[in-house]
Amino acid sequence: MKISKKDVEHVAKLARLRLAEEEKEKFGKQLSEILEYVKKLNELDTEKVEPTSHVVPLKNVMREDEVRPSLPVEDVLRNAPVREGKYFKVPKIIQ
Amino acid sequence: MNYQLVVGLEVHAELSTGSKVFCGCPTRFGGEPNSQTCPVCLGLPGVLPVLNKKVVEYAIRAALAMNCEISRHSRFDRKNYYYPDLPKNYQISQNYLPFAYNGHLNISIKGAVKRIDIDNIHLEEDAGKNLHGEDTGLAEDSLVDFNRAGVPLIEIVTRPDMHSLEEVEKFMTNLRDVLLYLGICDCRMEEGSLRFEANISMRPEGESRLGNRVEMKNLNSFKMVLKALEYEMGRQENLLREGKTVQPETMLWDEAKGMTSAMRGKEEAPDYRYFPEPDLVPLVIDPEWLKEIKESLPELPQAREMRLMKEYGIPEYDSAVLTANRPLADFYEETVRLFPNGKMVSNWVMVELLGRLKERNLKIEDSPLRPSHLAEMLTLIKDGLISGKIAKDVFTEMFTSGKGARIVVEEKGWAQISDESQMKEIVEEVIRENPKSVEDFQGGKKKAITFLVGQVMKETRGKANPQLVNKLLREKLQIKSKM
Amino acid sequence: MNLNELTGHEINKLLARKEVSAIEVTEAVLKRIGKMDDRINAYVTVRSEEALREAEEIDKKIQRGEMGSPLMGIPIAIKDNICTRGVKTTCSSKILHNFQPPYDATVVAKLRKAGVIFIGKTNMDEFAMGSSTENSAFGSTHNPWNLNAVPGGSSGGSAAAVAAGETIFALGSDTGGSIRQPAGFCGVTGMKPTYGLVSRYGLVAFASSLDQIGPITRDIRDTAILMNLICGHDPKDSTSLNVPVPDYTQALVNDIKGLKIGIPKEYFGEGIELEVREAIEKAIEALKKLGANVKETSLPHTEYGVAIYYLIATAEASSNLARYDGVRYGYRTKSERRKAKGEMVQMYEDTRREGFGDEVKRRIMLGTYGLSAGYYDAYYLKAQKVRTLVREDFDKAFKDFHCLLTPTSSTPPFRIGEKIDDPLKMYLSDIFTISANLAGLPAISIPCGFTKGGLPIGLQLMAKPLNEEMLLRVAYTFEQNTDHHLRKPVLDADKKIATDDH
Repeated sequence: MKISKKDVEHVAKLARLRLAEEEKEKFGKQLSEILEYVKKLNELDTEKVEPTSHVVPLKNVMREDEVRPSLPVEDVLRNAPVREGKYFKVPKIIQ
Repeated sequence: MNYQLVVGLEVHAELSTGSKVFCGCPTRFGGEPNSQTCPVCLGLPGVLPVLNKKVVEYAIRAALAMNCEISRHSRFDRKNYYYPDLPKNYQISQNYLPFAYNGHLNISIKGAVKRIDIDNIHLEEDAGKNLHGEDTGLAEDSLVDFNRAGVPLIEIVTRPDMHSLEEVEKFMTNLRDVLLYLGICDCRMEEGSLRFEANISMRPEGESRLGNRVEMKNLNSFKMVLKALEYEMGRQENLLREGKTVQPETMLWDEAKGMTSAMRGKEEAPDYRYFPEPDLVPLVIDPEWLKEIKESLPELPQAREMRLMKEYGIPEYDSAVLTANRPLADFYEETVRLFPNGKMVSNWVMVELLGRLKERNLKIEDSPLRPSHLAEMLTLIKDGLISGKIAKDVFTEMFTSGKGARIVVEEKGWAQISDESQMKEIVEEVIRENPKSVEDFQGGKKKAITFLVGQVMKETRGKANPQLVNKLLREKLQIKSKM
Repeated sequence: MNLNELTGHEINKLLARKEVSAIEVTEAVLKRIGKMDDRINAYVTVRSEEALREAEEIDKKIQRGEMGSPLMGIPIAIKDNICTRGVKTTCSSKILHNFQPPYDATVVAKLRKAGVIFIGKTNMDEFAMGSSTENSAFGSTHNPWNLNAVPGGSSGGSAAAVAAGETIFALGSDTGGSIRQPAGFCGVTGMKPTYGLVSRYGLVAFASSLDQIGPITRDIRDTAILMNLICGHDPKDSTSLNVPVPDYTQALVNDIKGLKIGIPKEYFGEGIELEVREAIEKAIEALKKLGANVKETSLPHTEYGVAIYYLIATAEASSNLARYDGVRYGYRTKSERRKAKGEMVQMYEDTRREGFGDEVKRRIMLGTYGLSAGYYDAYYLKAQKVRTLVREDFDKAFKDFHCLLTPTSSTPPFRIGEKIDDPLKMYLSDIFTISANLAGLPAISIPCGFTKGGLPIGLQLMAKPLNEEMLLRVAYTFEQNTDHHLRKPVLDADKKIATDDH
């Protein structure tokens, strides 16, 4: 399983990671090795096997519709890298 | 060659639960920025969602009202994409197993019923709100408010079944009526609690394959949806006529310019990398619960419209107007219960009440005049205590003051004169003063009595009971002719 | 007697008898940290003043006779991916270097209520991704038994702190062995409870369907006491099990006569180092002598564990770590590649490029790839299906056995830097611990011997879901009849510092 540079770039873009050229090469090589390794799963016929998403035998975990106090706005914004008044501030979003 | 319009809608409706879908923050609109947020809806590290039961109940109500099949097993998935208003940079939604599918909603087009199919309805969380440009006064930055993040949403996805603007409008109206009837969404488009996205394509008449479709966003009112569709219809038709192709893309409606424009920065098809939400367990809808919800559903607009026609003998038009929203229909039915004359009530509600509400820009819920007031007034008319003409003044007075009909009539001294002795005097006076008409009447011109009745009414400023006047006039005139 | 080297239950007795004060214990621990931690680097944050203030309050309560929980007044170290209100919680990542949670994780709230003293937050592999605690933005943690060796990971800081006497006990988190493997490498006890038994609310998610918080302690009794406190249903965690929590100290019975212990043969293949094999075989002999009925068994899908794990865990992680974007908290790039188109995207990309370390990036890339269009069925879904087969192996085995015994790791602690450039090799070192996470089972690592070079070797026990009591009973019996857990690393400044001879 060889991952092309284009694949690496595509995935990096999806994951919002900017990679330098040498990183693209390094990650490409390492990911290819790992994907080569995981191919061993294909040895198994899983046609009739149900997937496991949860190991807990739970269903319908719900709460009542009760309003609870929100955080004070100052606590909400305390960790904000950049704020403007009571808002979080980010570089201009282009629609 | 003629072209056919093909439209499918994606409707986002915010559910009006008290708290958000996965945390206890309030869903109220218009709070101070970021004041209705907590670690969960802010997506802080380490937090986990817990599903609000009422959200599921409301969503099932909507699905049942839209004739959907309810999945016994459903679950939540993560839809992964980056946007500053999306706190976790994934949205908890339902992709693989939505909770409802294969539904429909009927609309009536020129007297015929048309069925619009609903592909599926799924549950998800709303995002926060980004503010740009003119809203912020900042040239190089945008601002983010997360109050709306985590407000429960249902997304209703129709099949591409609508082929005219009229059909789209009818569908939107019906859908809104249903949601309002169910009491699960306040449908305030200006606040974003009901939002439409349209997929639109054109194809040559008779062609069964679908053309390339354009996805339209930023449609903030029914009017905008229709305007945008109309514009886009024309644009696509022109392209096709010139032998060009329509680019499948996402476009935004620019209300100021009155045109659509392509959304920038979306050149690639999105890859949402859906996978089952590991922080939530499966939703298995118990048949008992489903039954309970089914039984608690209110009567829906279309059924109510039919019933009102049958039960109260009112025309289709009246019934359609009266059932357009639930509080209005409730008002009507309550009045009819107190005053069992369907047509009379519907006339007064449709003409006088709706007229006045419109003038004052009020909703039926805010009307100072209540069903008991109207019924009382109608009873006064029926009992001959007021005339139809006086009734209009009584109505106006009740509407302004919120007082009952009897009180108004009493206070204003508007009761009809039904006292024979008092009336006799006035009748005799009119006979004395109008010898010409009396002569005409006695000479066989029976119509002349109408003039004399009118004169009595004028004298009493409309308060005379017309039947009594008629009776007294005839008695007097006949006595006179024998003399 | 060094107070910082005692167990929690020993300190509890001394506190109850008022022979020592919480301040004295806390001071002893802080003093040890002051002396050792620039060499061990177990801590990211030490709360010296606050801890002493808390201890003072506890002492007042004890003086008033309000001795409540058996954990009252005892110092604990918390892995730095468990949220502590108002105290930095960094996950050993630059991207959260300054993040102060406005809330407590459920386990932290429980400990706070019990009067436990929070000494500090421990170092870890960034976002719990790693097996050596080398992937930390704040430098590697060193193994107290040999400073050139890794302490294991990702809870390496917690395990090293317990081993080095820099705390009495600690909390870690375990996604694929991150409590057990460092416990094994540091010669202490580490338990991963059944998935769903301990609330994950406030544990910064790495792989949601695998993560679980658990204790790292000096002996089994402390494990039981901590389990009593941290387990139990939490309405804030939808995957939390609503089951009664037993008193785990009741399971501490020195008797395993007749218990059936299975030895899965797949865990004794080629990869296992001789010294590890020998230590485990000795342990098996000891258990047999104590009356256990030990037999070989098979978990045929063991060899697929690493592949399943690295597909599922990275997929979940790629989504869980998407929120670190420089908008609401944590690090934001200073780079101003703005003015151009897509400024927001550039802010994201630069923030994440500068904020995450290599291993985190690698796993985000792998997880994103495995979920991306066209690959979901082949990777994520396939892995989930084989995960079912792994679970079925265990279901079958537990029909015949009360518990299963394996080495915790195939090797003793390796040298710092030895595997850091070969991710796959590093991943394969988790092969023995991963299966318990895939199946949601409880598992424990206890010390069972040492290499000739003096490095600890761990033994792992696994039981069926919610059967923690079985693990505690077998581990307790083993511990009562051996002395591996009593050995301490030679680390004092006035003695020869162990630096080499691995």
